[in-house]
Amino acid sequence: MFDTLALARLPDRDEDLRPVVRALVARHVASLPADRRARSWQGFDAGFSRVLGEAGLLGLTLPKRYGGHERGPFARFVVVEELLSAGAPVAAHWIADRQSAPQINKFGTEEQREFYIPRICRGELLFCIGMSEPGSGSDLASVRTRAERTDKGWVVNGQKIWTTNSMHSDYMIALVRTSGTSADRQAGLSQLIIDLKAPGVSVRPIVDLTGDSHFAEVFFDNVELPHDALVGEEGQGWMQVAAELAFERSGPERIYSSVVLLDAWIAHVQAMGRSDCAALIGRLTAELATLRAMSIACTAQLVAGESPVVEASIVKDRGTGFEQELPLVIGDDLAAHPDEPVSEELYKTLLYTTHIAPSFSLRGGTREILRGIIARGMGLR
Amino acid sequence: MTDLLDPFARMLDAALPAAVVRTLESGGDAAPIWQTLVESGFLDALVDEDQGGVGLTLAEVMPLIMALGARAVPLPVAETMVARALLASAGVAAPEGPIAIATSTAWPVSGGLLADHVLIDDGASLYLCSAETVRPVATGARHDTAARLTGPVEGTVVARPEEGLRPVMAVLRAGLIAGAAERVTEMSAEYANSRVQFGKPIGKQQAMQQMLSVMAEDMVACRLAAQLGASDGLRVSPVAAATAKITTSAAAARLANSAHAVHGAIGISEEYDLQLLTRRLHEWRMVDGSEGWWSQALGTARLGSPSGTVDWVRAELFA
Repeated sequence: MFDTLALARLPDRDEDLRPVVRALVARHVASLPADRRARSWQGFDAGFSRVLGEAGLLGLTLPKRYGGHERGPFARFVVVEELLSAGAPVAAHWIADRQSAPQINKFGTEEQREFYIPRICRGELLFCIGMSEPGSGSDLASVRTRAERTDKGWVVNGQKIWTTNSMHSDYMIALVRTSGTSADRQAGLSQLIIDLKAPGVSVRPIVDLTGDSHFAEVFFDNVELPHDALVGEEGQGWMQVAAELAFERSGPERIYSSVVLLDAWIAHVQAMGRSDCAALIGRLTAELATLRAMSIACTAQLVAGESPVVEASIVKDRGTGFEQELPLVIGDDLAAHPDEPVSEELYKTLLYTTHIAPSFSLRGGTREILRGIIARGMGLR
Repeated sequence: MTDLLDPFARMLDAALPAAVVRTLESGGDAAPIWQTLVESGFLDALVDEDQGGVGLTLAEVMPLIMALGARAVPLPVAETMVARALLASAGVAAPEGPIAIATSTAWPVSGGLLADHVLIDDGASLYLCSAETVRPVATGARHDTAARLTGPVEGTVVARPEEGLRPVMAVLRAGLIAGAAERVTEMSAEYANSRVQFGKPIGKQQAMQQMLSVMAEDMVACRLAAQLGASDGLRVSPVAAATAKITTSAAAARLANSAHAVHGAIGISEEYDLQLLTRRLHEWRMVDGSEGWWSQALGTARLGSPSGTVDWVRAELFA
């Protein structure tokens, strides 16, 4: 069962990218405090994303003729692992590089590829994903945002919500209804590229429980778009979104969200000269190593040209469980030594990660939805 | 790999069906089955070619170890493969019969009641001891083929690897657990699809689907952890062994519990095969160091390094 997930090795030629990333991290990231670095793929720094683009570290999976590097998913794994384990602020380019550009490359027209992908690879063009709506969360097929065909193209009306980084983004790839009603479910859905500077688009940031605003509500009031806003085929939006979610769910970002906290805590334990939590650290280290092997195995599926929907769900569900466990057991260990001094930086990192951790198993598909996908993959009817 | 796995699996299915496994657990004669294994040549899978073996790596043998686990084989087959490789490289003639391996003289030795010899790592030296000398006796737990050693640790001294045998045995157990994990997960999914309650298969219940999907995650984690542990040959590093055994031992207990939860009362009954696998999962979880023992060892090693965790894991396990 799920034999496709088997031990794979990162090729040596892709390991060559590691020192390149490390040099940039040392210059731009290492001096940031841990509680800033803990934000990682929620940390926004458009300048740093352009630095990565200039260094040739974006668009690794994309064709050279559109400014990509044709290095493939293993190369992307290496770069992403280095960035995330250092807590680099990668939010600005994250979605465009991970899924919007691959989506345009896979389903878009030649003109769309030439227009969008080179600037994504340079870290200049920022994208967000328009999936969730006030009435459509896990039940994505119920989206109500509607695009009507006109002589000039499309007119969009409706609303998206929880749209990460929409206030900073240039474009959104939105899942919208182009025919029928929400009763038609998966049929009649399409993906449109929406220019967020177009008249009729308004974005209202939402503040989260940590005080950050990384997501927002986006309103569409008679937003006019050209014909070529459509990505892929009209009515094929559901199938396209499923492929996109495999890009979204399978990367190493699903195991490293709390790793800045883990390292800060281990450094603290070492500084205190403690060994009473050795067994806990051993257990967590083994889990991280196993998840890394699982994540590389899933990446190998992408390399083989597969769309590992079920495999990615397995890695993401277990990975986010680990990411969520870390702040809880670390908080217990630190507070089990109430007379031991804890630095302000470590304390802030602990609280930030503790409070944001529930989101780890919400974004990109909830735990409960992923387990349903796995169950279907097991042949449960 | 399938060119080796398929004939091995076919041989096991013919020689060691569940009925024979039960016979062996009740003191039945293992000699004819062992003869089949000897004649198959698989017992020398890990012995170097220039020493007359097949010369496979531990990674290449891992699917065979998983196949043994999936069939709840109580004979020390994987142990004998490792022992024969160690004996061959030490220049010691290997006995023909089953060889159990003990990495502790205090904890019962897996398969000890079915072994003619026990290769004992007492922490300082390795001894190949005959069963007549170390005198394995039953633990008293029903159907348990593990044995307590009651005789003196005396026998042929064999060169001991620096880290001893506990790391390689931990990886062996990880592979056996991974194999059993896959089988109990398959059995549970099949049962959930066929057992009807409230007018529909219980596998349609979301509560059941959630539990079964976590079983699948544990099963995949066990496979990857065992493969990771076996990726560097018979000289398994303590860090690789720890990773493999911590992940699989912790999962073994959860998988056994969930498999029984899915099966309900039938899974508890002696005549149903699930119990052969779940009893073995608990045995393999504990022998050669549980997840707790290996976690202490791995955490101590980790705390000795100033590196970040991802860097450390990559250097120690994925180099």
